[in-house]
Amino acid sequence: MANVAVAAPAIMVDGVPLKLKLQRAERVRKLKAIGLVAPLFLFILVSFAIPIGVMLFNSIYDPDLGRLMPRTAAALSEWDGSAVPDEPVFEALALDLRDAQKAKQAALIGRRLNYEVAGARSKLIASAKNAAKMESGPYKEAVIEADPMWGEIGTWNLLKRSTRKYTPFFFLSSLDFRYDANNAIETVPEGEAVYRDVFVRTLLVSTTVTLLTLVLGFPLAYLLAILPARTANMLLILVLMSFWTSLLVRTTAWFVLLQTNGPINDFLFYTGIVGERIQLIFTRFGTITAMTHIQLPFTLLPIYSVMKGISPSHVRAARSLGAGPFYAFWRVYFPQTMPGIAAGCLLTFILCLGYYITPSLVGGPTDQLISTYVALFVSAQANWGMGSALGTILLVATLILFFVYNRLVGVERMRLN
Amino acid sequence: MQRRNVSLVLAGAAALGLLATNAAQAQDSITVVSWGGAYSESQRKAYHEPYMAETGVKIIEEEYTGDIAKMRAMVESGNVTWDVIDVDASTALAGCDQGFLEEIDYDRVGQPKDKFVVGGALDCGVATIVYATVYGYDAGNLPAEWNGQVPTTVADFFDLEKFPGKRGLYKKPFINLEWALIADGVSRDDVYDVLRTEEGLDRAFAKLDTIKSSVVWWEAGAQAPELLGNGEVVMTQAWNGRLYNAVKNEGKQFVIVWDNEAVDFDYWAIMKGTPKLDAAYAFLAYASAPENMARQSQFIAYGPSHADAIPHIPQDVLKDLPTAPENMTTAFTVDASFWGDNSEALGERFNAWLAQ
Repeated sequence: MANVAVAAPAIMVDGVPLKLKLQRAERVRKLKAIGLVAPLFLFILVSFAIPIGVMLFNSIYDPDLGRLMPRTAAALSEWDGSAVPDEPVFEALALDLRDAQKAKQAALIGRRLNYEVAGARSKLIASAKNAAKMESGPYKEAVIEADPMWGEIGTWNLLKRSTRKYTPFFFLSSLDFRYDANNAIETVPEGEAVYRDVFVRTLLVSTTVTLLTLVLGFPLAYLLAILPARTANMLLILVLMSFWTSLLVRTTAWFVLLQTNGPINDFLFYTGIVGERIQLIFTRFGTITAMTHIQLPFTLLPIYSVMKGISPSHVRAARSLGAGPFYAFWRVYFPQTMPGIAAGCLLTFILCLGYYITPSLVGGPTDQLISTYVALFVSAQANWGMGSALGTILLVATLILFFVYNRLVGVERMRLN
Repeated sequence: MQRRNVSLVLAGAAALGLLATNAAQAQDSITVVSWGGAYSESQRKAYHEPYMAETGVKIIEEEYTGDIAKMRAMVESGNVTWDVIDVDASTALAGCDQGFLEEIDYDRVGQPKDKFVVGGALDCGVATIVYATVYGYDAGNLPAEWNGQVPTTVADFFDLEKFPGKRGLYKKPFINLEWALIADGVSRDDVYDVLRTEEGLDRAFAKLDTIKSSVVWWEAGAQAPELLGNGEVVMTQAWNGRLYNAVKNEGKQFVIVWDNEAVDFDYWAIMKGTPKLDAAYAFLAYASAPENMARQSQFIAYGPSHADAIPHIPQDVLKDLPTAPENMTTAFTVDASFWGDNSEALGERFNAWLAQ
């Protein structure tokens, strides 16, 4: 048992133990590896991970009222929500509004309240102007008299909710829910609901476009893969030409083509195919057509490169063993193209989820996808909360779909060549 | 190695040079933001080009579509890169309320407040033009279904039976709500009183519902004449100068319907916290001087906001302005305080309505 003596550490010629030398060499190798990975890692961190993190944070972060109405927030923390609060809370409100009015921030408070109660903005601005004139209390009656809104329990529930720093409101609102006057969550009535439809529409349009690109792209990819190299390269250049053209240019081209007095309508009209010009632009049809054209290379190229890697001898072997042409194609060739189909379709589907410019140029108001609303909130209304919540929901939906897809198809089966 | 060092040094020198010129530009350039298209062009010819020639200050132009989010974001983040901005009345008021526009010192503009049109000298905006929202149709391309008739009133705009076809409307609630009520029988003097009530708003949206399926929405002013010109719509709401310029410069046969023209002003405003406040005021003073202001009407059919500018304008230009008496018979003035208070809230409601 002890006949294997514990070896003394191997000492090298220069007196450094071998273990240490190996460790050093290993460390240098690791540092080199880290050095090679670091630029990309930092880039992804700065340009991807941090913005996504900020977006997730902004979708629940709602600091304005807590900052602008510190007294009211403190006074309301004790309030139980059963009845309109008493004088101390009203005093806090009046003082907060007065300060906000002086600092020209009252409109910001109004803006936040208006997210939940239509018309609250102008009422709050009026109340703030009024509060700035009040010299001393008692405030309760005077404030309610100036605007009966302050005598309603719903207003106070809203204030209590929105003076907290973090809120689920943006998520609720993004899914067409809202709070009622008693703080219970309810579905937004039929006429005002927007976003559920838009999410469903986004998924529907993306699925349709993905399927269309597959139906159009698969035969073309097959043709490219079996044609002689010279002809195939010529055709491939044609595909790549459109791939290399900017998305905006291709969308604008469709804008011209689809017009009521545009070339497509001219053709249909003058050849007598249609009796009167048909509406193509600003429709769902136009949106899907343009998106399908733009996305076609994204689906086609992965399928093509997988097909190029399939040895023709497989099909020949199947044929020589007695399989008919369709059977050989379907049972031998097609299954081998699955990794390419999986990659191409996933790429197209995920890109479609974020489409903005094409639907907004060639679609009508009811063809807009979720990005349009993200853009609307971020660039037109400066409502970061809603923009972030909509973006987060889209992100989560995409991840769930990716997970399901992985279960069904298997990401490890996906290949780009 | 040697050569690489040389090129590195050169690149460094070039970068330094770039920095230096940037610093120099910062001293004598300002960024002026406006609405693009024919309107920006008229400002370029009337103000920017002569101003640059006279003073040597470089004017950098940018375009926007009237959204205040970017302005607010700039001021909140302390990174103000716009200096002078052409805004509508509701933005001028909201900008003052929310503190993202500078309060104007009229002494530095060099013009007394009472020389401007009524409602033209705001705390945070100096009126520059008088324009009107009107609608127009293309007399060179009348639809056969109209049976030779042409629309003459705002009610006709909403009449799909008499005048079938697509209509262009601005993708904002402004004027659309007013016209909807007027087409529904509200007198133009009561429009804003009705709009201030919840029932009035519902009524306006209900009227818009009746033509919603036939509306093509435009976002930038230049799109309106474009849609009308290529036959995508048979009539379109537009700012009068845009239609006028398409007739004058592109030979279009657009006819402006002046019925219930919505008269409004555009204002010069200064971004709060701009590092170039002095240069911004210098530009405002130049652009507000009556003799300079009078030039703009030659390039686009908008009237001057300064009383002393009117005598400088030729007779043949005057008749096409929104302020010409024959165009004014049924005009109403846009209520800036109504929109200043409500543009954001109604904008949200309008967008939700659009999405349905």
